[in-house]
Amino acid sequence: MVTAEPRTEEIVFSRPRALVDVNTHYCPGCTHGVAHRLVAEVIDEMNIRERTIGVASVGCSVFAYNYFDFDFVQAPHGRAPAMATGIKRALPDRIVLTYQGDGDMASIGMGEIVHAAARGENITVLFINNANYGMTGGQMAPTTLPGQKTTSSPLGRDVETQGYPLRACELLATLDGAGYIARRSLHDPKNIRLAKKAIRMAFENQVHGLGFSMVELLSICPTNWGISPVQGLKWIEEHMVPYYPLQDFKVNSQLAQVKI
Amino acid sequence: MTRELLKGNEAVAEAAIRAGLQAYFGYPITPQTELLEWMSRRMPELGRAFVQAESELGAINMVYGAACTGVRAMTSSSSPGISLMMEGLSYIAGTEVPMVLINVMRGGPGLGNINPAQGDYNQIVHGGGHGDYHAIVLTPSSVQESIDLTVLAFDLAEKYRAIAVVLTDGSIGQMMEPAELPPMQPLKTTFPNWAVSGAMGRERRILSSIYMDAHEEEQTNLRLMQRWQQVEANEVRYKEYYLDDARFVVVGFGSAGRVALSAVRAAREKGYPVGLLRPITVSPFPSQVIAELCKQADGFLVTEMNSGQMLDDVRLAVAGRAPIEFYGRMGGVVPFPDEILEEIERVIHLPLTSDGNPRNRWLKRMIQYN
Repeated sequence: MVTAEPRTEEIVFSRPRALVDVNTHYCPGCTHGVAHRLVAEVIDEMNIRERTIGVASVGCSVFAYNYFDFDFVQAPHGRAPAMATGIKRALPDRIVLTYQGDGDMASIGMGEIVHAAARGENITVLFINNANYGMTGGQMAPTTLPGQKTTSSPLGRDVETQGYPLRACELLATLDGAGYIARRSLHDPKNIRLAKKAIRMAFENQVHGLGFSMVELLSICPTNWGISPVQGLKWIEEHMVPYYPLQDFKVNSQLAQVKI
Repeated sequence: MTRELLKGNEAVAEAAIRAGLQAYFGYPITPQTELLEWMSRRMPELGRAFVQAESELGAINMVYGAACTGVRAMTSSSSPGISLMMEGLSYIAGTEVPMVLINVMRGGPGLGNINPAQGDYNQIVHGGGHGDYHAIVLTPSSVQESIDLTVLAFDLAEKYRAIAVVLTDGSIGQMMEPAELPPMQPLKTTFPNWAVSGAMGRERRILSSIYMDAHEEEQTNLRLMQRWQQVEANEVRYKEYYLDDARFVVVGFGSAGRVALSAVRAAREKGYPVGLLRPITVSPFPSQVIAELCKQADGFLVTEMNSGQMLDDVRLAVAGRAPIEFYGRMGGVVPFPDEILEEIERVIHLPLTSDGNPRNRWLKRMIQYN
């Protein structure tokens, strides 16, 4: 006779409290899911879910509010930093984040993001850079690399006529109002862990009232890039990382003392 | 309280503060700038939010964010700046959050000039931003009325979860008149159950204007339109002058209405049976009152500081039951009372017609005399 030994199971991995238990609309292999999870994990760890208000943007992450389990609003294209400013000024003790793509933040919303940073607006920006406009089907973005083919640069981005890619971190880090500016990548587990640490630093920056914080996350868009997710991750490493170096561009001296 | 000599723009700013304004966001533009300047001093002094935004786009979206938290929020601008806000206004209407907008109109189109005008009537009253929505639009003709309507605008915006606009102009914004400010209201301490504030011990709240399902969006449109019907039923406001026995009715709002009142008084002194209807709300429009006036009126004279934008609303209300004439000045030109008196005399003495468009007859005269 065989008897089953009663065993105690320990849960070692589960959905963060700050994420809703639903399927997302993101394409298979897309790194938005990873980015969402990292943000949710940090919010759980800092125990700030009940005082966080998110601002969704226009692009693939327009529906971010469906996936995060805290209060959310949805901004017009590019205007998330302005909306976040309004919320933060009305409720200064809340944690306010925007979640924006590269078209939203670095093209149509360039005025809003630069001035939010210049004002030292005490908000946190998650900036997803996947080098194209995902939602509308893969057009050229301000972050599209030279020579990169998109549906609106079919012969590859020609810098003579279509200009150069924009490095948002480098630009915003020049502003005195910025407390924490960092770029990370989501192309492998090591970099994902580093990304989470940077996201934590960005929220710590806000909690400590140290001004504007932003983390840029290099991400893949396998559907519009027309390659597999695995090839996409490799493409980030080989092509995007050399153009968009992974580093801290600005760390407020007080923030540097914060232990996480 | 006592009457003080107050500048229109500053009086509106202080009235908003006393009505419990908690967050102001704006951008400099003449002839509105004193309003922003007043806020820049008073709001921080009271510990309330003030930001001079990077643009009108920034300002309206800051208002959008603050309005989502349920606090009393507003912005102010003048015509070209208002155009830039149209995107945000449509989103705010679609999200059903209350806000107050002050438009100190100037001459246009384009950069135009900084003189008083009423050329934004259609933009503000009949849309501006994309999609189906209506804003409540209040039109003061004096500094005192600017104060009173600003306070009212906050109450109406909250009552109907709508945009309330105080549609004024460079003349009223810049003039100084004796007026009385209201007492300071305490700030709100309770907020509506749709406002975002952090999901502390409750389900999360989402505020958005996106409804991907067309039927759901249609339901939203229906809700907005039903609410608008309530506004139309409850909130029509206007002022009548000498209308009891009037056989000729002048219709004008804001500054044009004020100039028309001087003309109507002068006409009465001459013994003419003329009265004035001055809409206070141009949205909702006092169509019913105009329809009633058709029973006694031999004719209407609409006067505006534009090319006859409200004229179309008057024509809809009159619906061919009485002849209408129009007199307008454009581009920042303010009519003198004498000009309107002359028009009143012309309307009384000449044979009137219900045929054709009054705008075309006016344009013909304008081109002849210029």
